[in-house]
Amino acid sequence: MTEPLLAARGLRKSFGAVAATDGVDLEVFEGETHAIIGPNGAGKTTLISQLSGRLRPDLGRILFAGEEITALPEPARARKGLARSFQVTSIYREFTALDNVALAVQAHAGHSFRFWRDARRERELREPARAVLEEVGLGDRADVLAANLAHGEQRQLEIAMALATRPRLLLLDEPVAGMGVEESQRMVKFLATLKGRMTMILVEHDMDAVFTLADRISVLVYGRVIATGRPEEIRANPEVRAAYLGEDEAC
Amino acid sequence: MRLAPRTLALVAVLALLAAVPPVAAAFGQPFYLDLFRRIMIFAIAATSLNLILGYGGMVSFGHAAYLGVGAYAVGVLAHHGITNGFVQWALAIGGSALVALVIGAVSIRTSGIYFIMITLAFTQMLYYLGVSIEEYGGDDGMRVKTLSQFPGLLDLADPAAFYYLVLALLVAVLWVSGRLVRSRFGMVIRAAKSNEARTRAIGFSPYPYRLVAFVVAGAICGLAGALLVNHTAYLTPEFMNWTRSGELMFMVILGGTATAAGPLFGAAALLLLEDLLQGWSLLPQWVRDYWQLYLGVILVLVVLFARRGLAGLLPGGPNGDD
Repeated sequence: MTEPLLAARGLRKSFGAVAATDGVDLEVFEGETHAIIGPNGAGKTTLISQLSGRLRPDLGRILFAGEEITALPEPARARKGLARSFQVTSIYREFTALDNVALAVQAHAGHSFRFWRDARRERELREPARAVLEEVGLGDRADVLAANLAHGEQRQLEIAMALATRPRLLLLDEPVAGMGVEESQRMVKFLATLKGRMTMILVEHDMDAVFTLADRISVLVYGRVIATGRPEEIRANPEVRAAYLGEDEAC
Repeated sequence: MRLAPRTLALVAVLALLAAVPPVAAAFGQPFYLDLFRRIMIFAIAATSLNLILGYGGMVSFGHAAYLGVGAYAVGVLAHHGITNGFVQWALAIGGSALVALVIGAVSIRTSGIYFIMITLAFTQMLYYLGVSIEEYGGDDGMRVKTLSQFPGLLDLADPAAFYYLVLALLVAVLWVSGRLVRSRFGMVIRAAKSNEARTRAIGFSPYPYRLVAFVVAGAICGLAGALLVNHTAYLTPEFMNWTRSGELMFMVILGGTATAAGPLFGAAALLLLEDLLQGWSLLPQWVRDYWQLYLGVILVLVVLFARRGLAGLLPGGPNGDD
């Protein structure tokens, strides 16, 4: 069996008396799209934040490409190829879309103690940034201030920033949250084009998106993974149905 | 190349400043030379503060520390008979950079109100250090008998020569600061101000970049301090008083944070208003007696109604870095 690209072993994280992550084991393999689902308050964002390095787990280990990264700070993990999007859109609102992506390119182009040349005239930053914008379908919005983009476009921009860092693993925290039907379909379609060439961890509430995209699904309830498997296994799992999918979900 | 109205206004103000010495001489009003030289020195200090406060989001409430270090470097060396301007100013700049490195290394680990308080506390320490050293005049300060000497180049005792040197340095500082904020380095500190979580998530550790910005700002302000002590020919710990830090902050905010023109506009507006309210004979006595009160009212109005500062009243370029 191959080594997983990312592995979490016995992760625990408590906030006061609440164990938001209560002994999570997770393995994500190269090329896989791995969805993490669970009801509100299951600890999905807390888990993502520990994987990305924003939060430090109380206990447990995280391995990335065979290397222990548990103690590595977030920027260093990002430089190793772990990119994330946030549940609440996180972009540079007062910069243009192109500036946003160019900054992501710059973050992975060596140190930035370069004080003199105009960064906006550096082709090695602007051209890759423009290419990624084209790829996510924002090519004609490159010079618009990020604050003035529509909500769905801002989410696309965030994905573009993550892709511009040439990540080995993409952590997507509810990429279609707050989107209209059409916007979210467009996003799912786009994420489907990444499938296979990009390893992705997808935290999502939208079950259509999850079952369209995921190769495997882990179900998180009260900080524990209660089941991991292929979509049809998860759909059929009675424990999952009881704990999460419920009666009203069309499964 | 088309320039934004804000940039044009900046160029126009610099051109007007260049015209001050002949005009003041023609009208026999050398006082104005003095006033505008002071404005430009403070504009240099405010521009340096704008680098960290405006572009970097680091609200330093202790920037007067570097005015003080720069001024003491010149005054103390002069006191001990070292009057060479290059030596004095190199110490002013280098000393300020070093002090900024120490203060920044500690304070940049904090943010928000803690950052404000720590920078204030460090500057108060330096202020009381200045007050306590009797050798250099204690809290009375001391006269600087010999200005910085640049033999064969320039005589600071010549008011017009000194004036044009300050103007040239202001232009240079504006230029350098404009290059910095557009460079990769500048983009990082602006990104970290705009959204720190995102900046870390794409792979930047903001701390070293912020620290370097802090040191560069301190060094430039140290140069302003060296100019200021030559301007007043008097060394006093008052240069490091916390109210001075507040004035510098006010200049930046009044003029427009994160704009190239803002610090100069703010310094000019604040110091001209001060001068006008105190000294303008057309104003009734009750205004001139309580001028600080009226200055305060005007400043509050400007902040309320021109939220982006004076420079913000004019359209800037598309990239938001003019």
